[in-house]
Amino acid sequence: MTTTTSVSDLVSQPYKYGFVTDIETDKIDKGLSEDVVRLISSKKNEPQFLLDFRLRAYKQWLRMEEPDWAALGHPAIDYQEIIYYAAPRQQEKKASLDEVDPKLLETFDKLGIPLSEQKRLSNVAVDAVFDSVSIATTYREKLAEHGVIFCSISEAVKDHPELIERYLGTVVPSNDNFFAALNSAVFSDGSFVFIPKGVECPMELSTYFRINSGDTGQFERTLIVAEEGASVSYLEGCTAPMFDTNQLHAAVVELVTLDDASIKYSTVQNWYAGDENGVGGIYNFVTKRGHCRGDRSHISWTQVETGSAITWKYPSCVLQGADSVGEFYSVALTNNLQQADTGTKMVHVGPRTRSTIVSKGISAGRSSNSYRGLVQIGPKATGARNYSQCDSMLIGDQAAANTYPYIRSQQPEASVEHEASTCRISADQLFYLQSRGIGFEEAVSMMVSGFCRDVFNQLPMEFAAEADKLLALKLEGSVG
Amino acid sequence: MIRPEADTLLEIVDLQARVEDKPILKGVNLTIKAGEIHAVMGRNGSGKSTLSKVLAGHPSYVVTGGRVLYRGANLLDLEPEQRARLGLFLGFQYPVEIPGVSNLEFLRVSTNARRSEKGEEELDTFAFEDLVRERLQVVQMDPAFLERSVNEGFSGGEKKRNEILQMALLDPLVAILDETDSGLDIDALRIVAGGVNHLASPDNATLLITHYQRLLDVITPDYVHVMAGGRILRTGGKELALELEDRGYDWVDQELAVLEVA
Repeated sequence: MTTTTSVSDLVSQPYKYGFVTDIETDKIDKGLSEDVVRLISSKKNEPQFLLDFRLRAYKQWLRMEEPDWAALGHPAIDYQEIIYYAAPRQQEKKASLDEVDPKLLETFDKLGIPLSEQKRLSNVAVDAVFDSVSIATTYREKLAEHGVIFCSISEAVKDHPELIERYLGTVVPSNDNFFAALNSAVFSDGSFVFIPKGVECPMELSTYFRINSGDTGQFERTLIVAEEGASVSYLEGCTAPMFDTNQLHAAVVELVTLDDASIKYSTVQNWYAGDENGVGGIYNFVTKRGHCRGDRSHISWTQVETGSAITWKYPSCVLQGADSVGEFYSVALTNNLQQADTGTKMVHVGPRTRSTIVSKGISAGRSSNSYRGLVQIGPKATGARNYSQCDSMLIGDQAAANTYPYIRSQQPEASVEHEASTCRISADQLFYLQSRGIGFEEAVSMMVSGFCRDVFNQLPMEFAAEADKLLALKLEGSVG
Repeated sequence: MIRPEADTLLEIVDLQARVEDKPILKGVNLTIKAGEIHAVMGRNGSGKSTLSKVLAGHPSYVVTGGRVLYRGANLLDLEPEQRARLGLFLGFQYPVEIPGVSNLEFLRVSTNARRSEKGEEELDTFAFEDLVRERLQVVQMDPAFLERSVNEGFSGGEKKRNEILQMALLDPLVAILDETDSGLDIDALRIVAGGVNHLASPDNATLLITHYQRLLDVITPDYVHVMAGGRILRTGGKELALELEDRGYDWVDQELAVLEVA
């Protein structure tokens, strides 16, 4: 039918961030071995404990197999064909932005992330990661006045080794899964955030990840710790150039909240998704987990996933502290031949723990979009409660949507609710809006953004509008 | 109100249309002038609703012949949204629910689309709230419905009131109301009809599509057309509707049979 074809045309938009920055790069040879792990560690002048951590992870990884339970299909990844470290060639991290290679600043300008002082997004501190290294972190002094540490993880290893040693790998152990083990062995950079006891972080924190090299894997590692009564809101964004080969991205994010602390973690993921025939694009295999260690602590994940050829990602919460709260709000849009298998795990350990899951999947083109979620209630989680809502929207008649909810409860008093729905943008709904003077594209965009409203409402205010725009952009185009 | 000197708003000439492979409209002729109220009556399947969908531009209906002039311009060349912006309004028999889209926001976007076509300034959220609250009175609708998603969870009567509210906001030149009376109890019918009467003026026209006399008890038509087999079989004044009420549709079937043999 004509209406559905034109909706499909709408979602096929050229990728705006597909350019490559021509910059001299320090790369190591491709392939992975114990020597490569040692080389990465020595390039970064790491202390012994971290080298040991990496080597242990590498040995564990060698014994592990790539998981195959997700509803995803891709040619085998050759781990010896990947470069595990690439960095733009510049001396040491610069104290001031004036000394950063202008090409890098220009790159981030083009991406809409101006790093230079006068143009900074007000009240948002940014850590910019280019291939394997962090090139700049803004507003550090202002944050330091509040005792907040926000820097690249490499710097944190140098300046705060005791914090890294205490927390790294305590939420996602290095042998957690195949990709987490790989990341633990070779991780290059990422962000570190530490909010001390009783401090409410005075501004939004944000990390922007950019893959530039064609044959490089990106393995970033993020660690956020909120001490007793502390709170922070953090946002990450991601883009990559267009290459016709697939690139591996295997990140690990760990969050820790102590008593009464709260972390709100938001992601807008727009990695290159491959072309309309499924050539190229990022393989996004990511492990994200938060540990509500303290009583009454709170971890909230919000993700807007629009890019990547493959997304394998389950931001989770381990609710250990009594009365702790975990939340997961997700919008995943797939188009063309993109595949997403994404969802969450809510592990209720402590009494009266609560979790909320709201997942919105939008599948267009010939894509496949699966929600996979686990709600687990342990024997001590008396009075635990979960509410899950998983909605799928299909655009066109060749896309697939699946929902795989798993519920395991060892606590008879717990309450678990699951609601799921599937809808299609119908020709009658579009006609209704059109017959009120609303153009076809705007009608589609209104309905998609209405479908995602519950999730967008969870994004930090500065970014909610941007997420709306990103989706509209993916849906914009000529009416066929 | 019939005035020979009034402007012709809509002129339908020998209109033919099909849905999928099935011909439904087989040559409809109808002219509507400013100030007039027309009623189209007929059995289920006579083509009444198809006529309204074709005029509004529903993509499932394919025009196979004839033409439609709207204020002298070719209506069938325009996208549905363009027809709406130019002042053609269709009140749906079954208004669809659109989850997640705020009714208030929908009404505002739609009102502004029409206003900007007329060269009027677009209304911001505050100015629009004032306007919508005033127009709510026309249909005696609870402002709480503005906060909900478009038609979601509305009763049949609430959906119809929401349609007339849209009509009140869009200020159309030609309003086509498809079975607006269906599913309404007598109080709701009175409110909806009161809204339609209130909005009728010497500058606009209304085309009522209905099965029953009871709507025409509260809205008095200038013309009544009887539709059968995809054509307008007979046209008369309001007494034709009463005749139908009296005699039923059997005589229409007989006339149609004679016509189709010939």
